[in-house]
Amino acid sequence: MSSSIDWPLWEVFVRSRRGLSHTHAGSLHAPDAEMALRNARDLYTRRSEGVSLWVVPSTAITASSPDEKDSFFEPAGDKPYRHPTFYEIPEGVKHL
Amino acid sequence: MTAALALGDDALVLSHRLGEWAGHAPVLEEEVALANIALDLLGQARVLLSLVGDEDELAYLREERAFRNVQLVEQPNGDFAHTIARQLFFSVYQHLLYERLAAGDGTFADLAAKAVKEVAYHRDHAEQWTLRLGGGTAESHERMQRGLDALWRFTGELFQPVEGTGVESIGVDWQALRAEWLAAVTDVVERATLTVPTGRQSGAWQAGAGRQGLHTESFGKMIAEMQHLHRSHPGASW
Repeated sequence: MSSSIDWPLWEVFVRSRRGLSHTHAGSLHAPDAEMALRNARDLYTRRSEGVSLWVVPSTAITASSPDEKDSFFEPAGDKPYRHPTFYEIPEGVKHL
Repeated sequence: MTAALALGDDALVLSHRLGEWAGHAPVLEEEVALANIALDLLGQARVLLSLVGDEDELAYLREERAFRNVQLVEQPNGDFAHTIARQLFFSVYQHLLYERLAAGDGTFADLAAKAVKEVAYHRDHAEQWTLRLGGGTAESHERMQRGLDALWRFTGELFQPVEGTGVESIGVDWQALRAEWLAAVTDVVERATLTVPTGRQSGAWQAGAGRQGLHTESFGKMIAEMQHLHRSHPGASW
């Protein structure tokens, strides 16, 4: 394996079946978007994991910072009324 | 010779050659891509050789002269561009051939219908890389051209009827296949700013008697490696 190849990093999103949304599966290196898509096909769907693929340049992703974790996420922690747990779920309703 | 043996050996031998990239490919992503293609081909080889006899015996216990693959697929990997040139020549051929077989109603129709989807991807992989190597750096361009030039003389053999003599036809118009192959390869090569090799592809003298069991020098070493485990431990299983 040569480490001299300086290909950009791509994030891979896989839709496992129709009706579901694309889910982040991992990342890979590729020279361009078309090749990234093909590499993603080989790396992440070879065991029938998906019916659709997205690749996104990793540099295009803006991520929340670990330093902001408290202000970003903690305030939601003590607001259980935001969870729909107070409803009676009718019998036979799945996937809730 | 049966057609199943010829097509099965093509797939088996190319599968082994591509498998030799494991641990050596330029990048991990490409290693997996080549291994995937190798596994597709191995699956095709198993079905085809099973039509002829015991697949393990055929793969592991035949002598060099009994293999009926074209000489193109046994050519050593060389550098990555060389492998891509081999892939381009063979996968375009295999794709066009299997499309025809899938459309027919012969012995190979079912197998070809499944394999043609795999092979379409192999072709796409080879074409994408040909375009990138041809249009990449001066070095990649030169290496890709060198690969095309070096392997060109083995492409004439692809269009010899695989049926041999005295065997029922598999319903392929080999001359039409050749014309379509040449047009498709020319299109990719020219889009990649490369040159279609001139010189002998066929004629009074042509490289390639693999279908008759004559193979190039490196093939003996390749099958020695391929067969050694099975021959050293007869009947061994996982």
